Amino acid sequence: MNPPMIAVQNLSVSFKGPHGPVSAVRDLSFAVEPGETFGIVGESGSGKSTVLRAIAGLVAASGGHIRMAGEALGLRRTKAQRSAMQMVFQDPYASLHPRHTVDRALQEPLAIHAIAEPERLITTAMADVDLDPALRFRYPHQLSGGQRQRVAIARALILSPKLLLLDEPTSALDVSVQAEVLNLFQTIRSTRALTSLLVSHDLAVVAHLCERVAVMQRGTLVEVLTAEALRRGEARHPYTHTLLAASRGYRRVGSPHEGMPLAPS
Amino acid sequence: MTSLPTQNRVDGLLALPPTQNPLSSSQARWNHAAVLTRKLGRSPLTILGLAVVVILVLMALLAPAMTGGVSPIAQDLSGRLQPPGAAHWFGTDELGRDIFARTVYGARATLAIVALVGVIVVPVGLLVGTLAGYTGGFLDAVLMRITDIFLAFPSLVLALAFAAALGPGIVNAVIAIALTAWPPYARLARAETASIAHTDFIAAVVLMGASKWRILLRHIVPLCMSSVIIRLTLDMAGIILTAAGLGFLGLGAQPPTPEWGAMVATGRSVVLDQWWVSTIPGLAIFVVSLAFNILGDGLRDIFDPKSA
Repeated sequence: MNPPMIAVQNLSVSFKGPHGPVSAVRDLSFAVEPGETFGIVGESGSGKSTVLRAIAGLVAASGGHIRMAGEALGLRRTKAQRSAMQMVFQDPYASLHPRHTVDRALQEPLAIHAIAEPERLITTAMADVDLDPALRFRYPHQLSGGQRQRVAIARALILSPKLLLLDEPTSALDVSVQAEVLNLFQTIRSTRALTSLLVSHDLAVVAHLCERVAVMQRGTLVEVLTAEALRRGEARHPYTHTLLAASRGYRRVGSPHEGMPLAPS
Repeated sequence: MTSLPTQNRVDGLLALPPTQNPLSSSQARWNHAAVLTRKLGRSPLTILGLAVVVILVLMALLAPAMTGGVSPIAQDLSGRLQPPGAAHWFGTDELGRDIFARTVYGARATLAIVALVGVIVVPVGLLVGTLAGYTGGFLDAVLMRITDIFLAFPSLVLALAFAAALGPGIVNAVIAIALTAWPPYARLARAETASIAHTDFIAAVVLMGASKWRILLRHIVPLCMSSVIIRLTLDMAGIILTAAGLGFLGLGAQPPTPEWGAMVATGRSVVLDQWWVSTIPGLAIFVVSLAFNILGDGLRDIFDPKSA
C-alpha cells in the first residue's frame, strides 16, 4: 500500500510564553490519503492553524513526526519539498506583498524554481482561478478581497503542488465571494490530482468540501469523522455535538423557542 | 475597466487615473510614480525643498559655467575683503578670493559628503538591520550590540581621532560621519523588518522555497526603503552640519578647496567688520539643511500609504 500523502504522528507544538512554554498542539496524529480533502475544525485557539503551520514548516514541532508520502519533514526543507506543498492563507490582505503586482507575485515562485515559460504559466494560472487577465499588472491595493484571494490561490497552484494547505481561506471574505471561492476550490479539486488540508471554524464549509473531518479542542484531536456523518449529526464526542449545535444558530436557554434558530428581530 | 495604452502617455501623466489597468510591469510602475508625483504636486513646500536640492546638484555640476570662469582659489591680495558688489557679488575673502565662486564650488564638497555618507550608510544600515530583524536570536543580539557600540561614538570626537591617525581630509571626514551615522538606520530597518517578517506574504515566499537572501533583498528591503530614504533626507541636515563643523575645525576639506564650514571658519576673525565672509557660506549651509529637512518631511507624507 502507498504511504499516505501526509501523515502526522504524535505532533506537539509549544510556544514560549511569559510563564514557560505554552503548548498549542498536543500529541496529534492523523493521516490524509492521496486525493483526499481533509478538514480540521475547532474553535478559535484550538490549535488548528498551528497544525497547518507545523506541516508547512513555518513553526517548529516540539515533538512527533510529519511525513509526506513517507518522507520525514523537518523545519529545513529542500526546494522540491517546498514546492510539493503550498498554502493559501486566511487574510488575502496580508498574504500578498503590497509592492508586487499580480504578475510579480506569480513570477516569483517560477523564478525561485527556475521554471521555464513563465509567460504561458502565468496566463494559465490566472485563467484557472477565473482572474481577468486585465488585472495582471495591478497592485494588491487595487484588487478586491475576492480577487486577492484568487491571486493567492493562483500563486499556490502555479508550482503544481501535490498538497494544498488551506488556512480558513474564505473566512475573511464576504458571503457571496465566499461561495465563489468555495466553488473555485471544488473545480480545482475535480480537475487536478490534489490532496487538500482545509482548516476552518465553519462546519458548513468543511462539510461541503471535505471527505473526512478532524475535530480539535484545546490542542488535541477529539475525533475524526466522515463529512457524511457530520452532516447527519452522528458525532460521538460531546464537544462535536456542541460545535454542531453552535453552527445551527444561537438559541436562548429556557426560552419558549429553545431549539429553534433565533429569528432576526 | 479596460484602458487604451495611448491614454497612458507621459504628457498625460498628471491626469492619469491610478486605477486603470496597466498593460505591463513598467506601466504599473509609471502609474505608481504618477500617483506619487500628484501627491508631490499638492505640497508646495516639498517642491521648494526639492528645488533647492536640485539647484545644489546643478551648482555642483555646472560650477565653472555659473561662476563665469572665475576661479574659486585665485588669490588677489590687492582686492581682499571687498564688500558685495557688481565685481564680486558676494564680496571677497581675506585672500581676495571671490566668495560667490567659492560658495558655488563649495556645493561640490557638500554634495560629495552627502552622497558618500548616503552611499555608505544606507546599505550598511539596511543590511545589518534587516539581517538582525529577520534572523533573530543570537545573530540579532550580536549585530544589535555592535550597533549600540557604534551609536555610542560621538562623531566629532571620532573625526578628531581619525584626523589625528590618518590626517585631515574630506574622505576621512566622510568615513568618520558614516561610521557614526549608520546605527539609527540599522535600528529603523530592524524594527520594520520585525513587523514584516511574520506576515503571511513573507511566509508565502518561505513556502515557495526562496532562500534567506532572496527574501531579505527582494521582499523585505524594498519595504524598508521608503522609511530609510525619508530618514536619510531628514538626517542630511545633520550630516551637512557635522561636515561643516569638521570643516570649521579644519578636519574636513583642506585649503584651498572651497568648503562652506571652512569658509565660515576663515571669516571668524573678521566677522564684525566684514560680515559677508562668514555669513554667505553660513547662509548656504542653513538653506541647504533646511531644504533637506522640508524635503524629508514632504517625502514622509508622500510615501505614507495612508495619505490619499
